[in-house]
Amino acid sequence: MNLDEQARVRYANDFLKEVEERVEEGEWVKMCMQCGVCAGSCPFGPDWEHSPQKIFMMIRAGKREEVLTSDSMWMCTSCYNCVVRCPRQLPITQIMHGLATYAERLGLAPKMQPTRRFSLQFWDNCTRTGRVNELKLVLQVYFRNGFVAGLKEFWNMRRVGLGLLLAKRMNLFELFFPHKCRDRDGIQRMLKKAYEIEDRKRGFTR
Amino acid sequence: MKKEYAFYPGCSSQLRGSASNYLTSVNAMCDTLDIKMTPIPDWNCCGASIGYAGSGELARHVMNARNFALSEQHLPGQDVVASCAACWLGAKETKEKLDASSQLMAETNEALKQAGLRYQAKTTVRHMVEVLIEDLGYEALAKPVVKPLEGVKFAGYVGCQTNRPFGIAGESFENPLYLDKMVETVGGEALTQYDQKVSCCGGALAFSEPEKSQKQIKAIVESAYDHGADMIVTPCPLCQANVEIYQAEINRRHGTKLNMPVAYYSQLMAVAYGATPKQAGLDGHIIKPTKLQQIAVKVVPVQK
Repeated sequence: MNLDEQARVRYANDFLKEVEERVEEGEWVKMCMQCGVCAGSCPFGPDWEHSPQKIFMMIRAGKREEVLTSDSMWMCTSCYNCVVRCPRQLPITQIMHGLATYAERLGLAPKMQPTRRFSLQFWDNCTRTGRVNELKLVLQVYFRNGFVAGLKEFWNMRRVGLGLLLAKRMNLFELFFPHKCRDRDGIQRMLKKAYEIEDRKRGFTR
Repeated sequence: MKKEYAFYPGCSSQLRGSASNYLTSVNAMCDTLDIKMTPIPDWNCCGASIGYAGSGELARHVMNARNFALSEQHLPGQDVVASCAACWLGAKETKEKLDASSQLMAETNEALKQAGLRYQAKTTVRHMVEVLIEDLGYEALAKPVVKPLEGVKFAGYVGCQTNRPFGIAGESFENPLYLDKMVETVGGEALTQYDQKVSCCGGALAFSEPEKSQKQIKAIVESAYDHGADMIVTPCPLCQANVEIYQAEINRRHGTKLNMPVAYYSQLMAVAYGATPKQAGLDGHIIKPTKLQQIAVKVVPVQK
């Protein structure tokens, strides 16, 4: 059984319980009083299918599939506007991140969702050496849809790139000589341990 | 007495990074104010907000706790000071979470042990701006001004992560005033009615959702024009990069003629304190901050 099937067996029809136990800050979901302030405060409001308010109600209504396959959580810009305005002080940003992360772990997140891909690339990028490699990150974004599409996007953005080079805010040699931490091995070991602990705690097997 | 801090400069401020000129100007500013910033030895990335799908919960906290442990070990007793909004937010969130949960603290230290480190929960996390206005105060910030930024109109763009969810103590989330006060402290004119002050620039989604983010950026820049700004000033490296860099792209897509310089508060202060354009990082812009440059090259008679 894969992780998704395991979870469905374990929690039967209790999706709220599943979220409470397995999603970061998930225990807050039941506190939502459906006022809708989060929905009206989101900078990407017009672009979501489901506002946080709707997501929270869908969780309580047991709409597991719709929630976990939704691309709405991935639209979060981490601006924290919803968090500071929520009258019940729910950590909405963190819950959105938590739901997105959980959907990703179960393999239910929309594969081609651009922010999903960027999020995974970013974490991989910054943990590899302990520091972000900005050039590599940008190239990965441009060439995400293949070489030809990448070249086209690169051409469109050439003035921006040149401007950054001239302003000494981009370094072509970073591909080969990246900024990095000295104790990269220690960082890898501690992260491996952290993943192990979290998997154990949340009942995953990695 | 010289004030000393454990500095967490963050990835974007590294040499030839997208905010390298931020670090340059922070150094110049701190020199004048007699603040000693010692980088935490071998500091690592905070994971930023956008790394969530790969990190999960604990790994993110472990990354931040590693920096705390290193600062406790090498720079004991000094507050950790971040200049980057995302670093500050990530670090502060980790600190609050670990303080509140002995379980999370134990798990974090179990992981840190693999790198031979231990976090003792003695760290205090602060933002550069907090150091300026809380430890020094506006009056002390005004004292070293030799070139007041007279006649320059600034739209103070605070953005998100320096403002929410933590913010600067005593400031409101909807209309924080500290950036305007800092502008006035160095003799500039703050456009206090600027209505995009706390809007989101799209953050990391400027990469993954360029059109949606550029809509935000367009509004942020156009509002600055509407209020008669000469330039935008911001405390956040990602706000600075997004709002400056994508103006050309917005012009290409929408036929607009946006050309609004975007500077850091630290550049304003460095220039007002008499730094050269290079010391203030003014050579690090795609859209030249002409008015700041003119002031920076001005010769002021030495005061006796």
